[in-house]
Amino acid sequence: MRDSANTPVPRRGLVALAGAAVLAEALPPRPALAQGGPLRVGLMLPFSGTFAALGENIAAAFEMHLAERGGRMGGRPVQIIRLDDESNPANAVQNVNRLVSRDRAEALVGTVHSGVVMALVQAARERGVPLIIPNAGNVAATRELCSPTVFRTSFSNWQPAYGMGLALGKQGAKRAAWVTWDYAAGNEAGEGFRQGLAAGGGEVVRELKLPFPETNFQPLLAQIPGLSLDAVGSFFAGGGAVQFVREYAAAGLKERVPLCGSGFLTEGTLQAQGAAAEGIRTALHYGDGLDNPKNTAFRRAFRERANRDADVYAVQGYDAAQLLGIGLDAVRGDISAEKELTRAMRGARVDSPRGAFTLSPSHNPVQNIYLREARSGENRVVGVAAEALADPGTGCRMS
Amino acid sequence: MDVSGLLAQVLNGLQYGLLLFLISSGLTLVFGVMGVINLAHGSLFMIGAYAAFAITRLTGALWLALPAAVAGGLLFGALLERVLFRRFYRREHLDQVLLTFALILLFEEARSALLGNDFHSVPAPAVLDFSVPVTAAFSYSAYRLAVLAVCLLVAVLMFLGIERTRLGSAVRAAAEKPEMVELLGLDARRIHMVVFAVGTALAMLAGALAAPLQSVYPNMGDGFLIVSFVVVVVGGVGSVAGAFWGALLIGLVDTLGKAYVPGAAGLAVYVLMAAVLLWRPGGLFARGA
Repeated sequence: MRDSANTPVPRRGLVALAGAAVLAEALPPRPALAQGGPLRVGLMLPFSGTFAALGENIAAAFEMHLAERGGRMGGRPVQIIRLDDESNPANAVQNVNRLVSRDRAEALVGTVHSGVVMALVQAARERGVPLIIPNAGNVAATRELCSPTVFRTSFSNWQPAYGMGLALGKQGAKRAAWVTWDYAAGNEAGEGFRQGLAAGGGEVVRELKLPFPETNFQPLLAQIPGLSLDAVGSFFAGGGAVQFVREYAAAGLKERVPLCGSGFLTEGTLQAQGAAAEGIRTALHYGDGLDNPKNTAFRRAFRERANRDADVYAVQGYDAAQLLGIGLDAVRGDISAEKELTRAMRGARVDSPRGAFTLSPSHNPVQNIYLREARSGENRVVGVAAEALADPGTGCRMS
Repeated sequence: MDVSGLLAQVLNGLQYGLLLFLISSGLTLVFGVMGVINLAHGSLFMIGAYAAFAITRLTGALWLALPAAVAGGLLFGALLERVLFRRFYRREHLDQVLLTFALILLFEEARSALLGNDFHSVPAPAVLDFSVPVTAAFSYSAYRLAVLAVCLLVAVLMFLGIERTRLGSAVRAAAEKPEMVELLGLDARRIHMVVFAVGTALAMLAGALAAPLQSVYPNMGDGFLIVSFVVVVVGGVGSVAGAFWGALLIGLVDTLGKAYVPGAAGLAVYVLMAAVLLWRPGGLFARGA
């Protein structure tokens, strides 16, 4: 490593490596594969279009962790193959085939868009290629469609919204409405919010939805004053989130009925939302000002390497690399040992900048959901909304 | 019933309806006068919105986007008519549909190449960046009220232009009985070019006005195009008055539907269209039959 700033990270890596080595001792011996050519890992991510910045951060952090390991996992050099999926579901199957058949990728990492990720999940299920999802939050990937070879280092759409609902209920909110786009991510988050709020002693009394990605929020907003609510929860992202937060404030509702939501409502959008976002509370598995040594080291290293600040997407990409590294160390680079590989990954404790996490039986992170408050351009962590929260994994049957 | 909520919703419906009027008045005239089904009309709306986004980003002034959308729309519409549409008046509807569908693809690709595929929000002008309380519990952004006023102003100008000028009466004649124009010795080519240019300018103006309300995003005109066709059918093909009242009706039905019958909101507008077609097959303001 170049300088002292980076030393904490590899040292932790060594600890993990040692742990994995102990685990590997218990397994039957296998030939060393260190000389058997590089291991090809396909990074299928959006490098153009709306989600390009997310894809770039995931990839940069993945590569950063690989560099921290000296470019090797399980003793084998790792070759990364980048493929731009353009967040286009229409080309998803074709893109996955290119990676697996033409480029002979032996492990897959991807992607951001929840429509595109289904093609990756399908490939992982049918061809047994290990897959790590570094963002897309479709609950199905770790519920009905769960598979021994499918892992996720990000979140399920259900998780942040459940945390928000729970925190809101515990603060004494009895009646809340849920506002979202009427599509999978919004409805899955809505289910989480409803259950979380119920667990905290409140109730979702109305769901207000509009088709994705329409932004004619006025007919929905005008209903809010008549519902005598304690709070409004919502799921929007990107430009829609900017617009919604601004219109919510412009309608004079912000002071009367507090707005809160799944963390994406204010993630990467605060600058555009300006004063309209000030004070809005959201819940997510990461946030600004998270004070732990791993996070500090990670943010400094990322800043140095990529020349921009790390965000939640970078964390998810970094952890995808950590998880794959743990698995490959356990099988000493022999990725064909699928059972041992996935067992090691399943049992991993990932030392994430968000705080260490383990995986649930359906391979989704069991993680803290932090409560954040938007303050002068940052989503400051102000508490823990739900501790060590696991997605219920309903309907998952590992074959 | 929540009366103040209803008031806010009626205002929302009127504002949406007036925006729809700007789009559908051009559509109905182009269809009525030239017999062309212009599927690319929604893309013109998209172009106006992205132009407003680009102009606001470059100059910081949305105000400039409005005259730019009108002037640019007039020129662009005249050019499109002169170079492309003129050659398609006597062709079959299928050819026209293929032409205008190709234009949608061209316009969207050009937008993608020039400005990318991102979703952008456009700030309302700073002067209008405040809220006006319309009920005790609900405020309305001043910009929305300004859009309402601009749309009404345009509607008034349209009526005066159509009802009180020679060119306007020629356009009415062309919309009601296209064959009469040539019998009367009017210059059909000039009428066509003016109608197409005005229709394009109105769609682009609507886009520029809507940019701060809707955000701008790829294919944003598609939804408006479909609803605008509903307005044209309900109001009666070729009738500007029909487009006006039809747009207000559709705007109110859609908004109140979304607010009070959320389960059937998507359907309300089409049920209304079916009912109008059964009752008056030519539309509410059908040309004299």
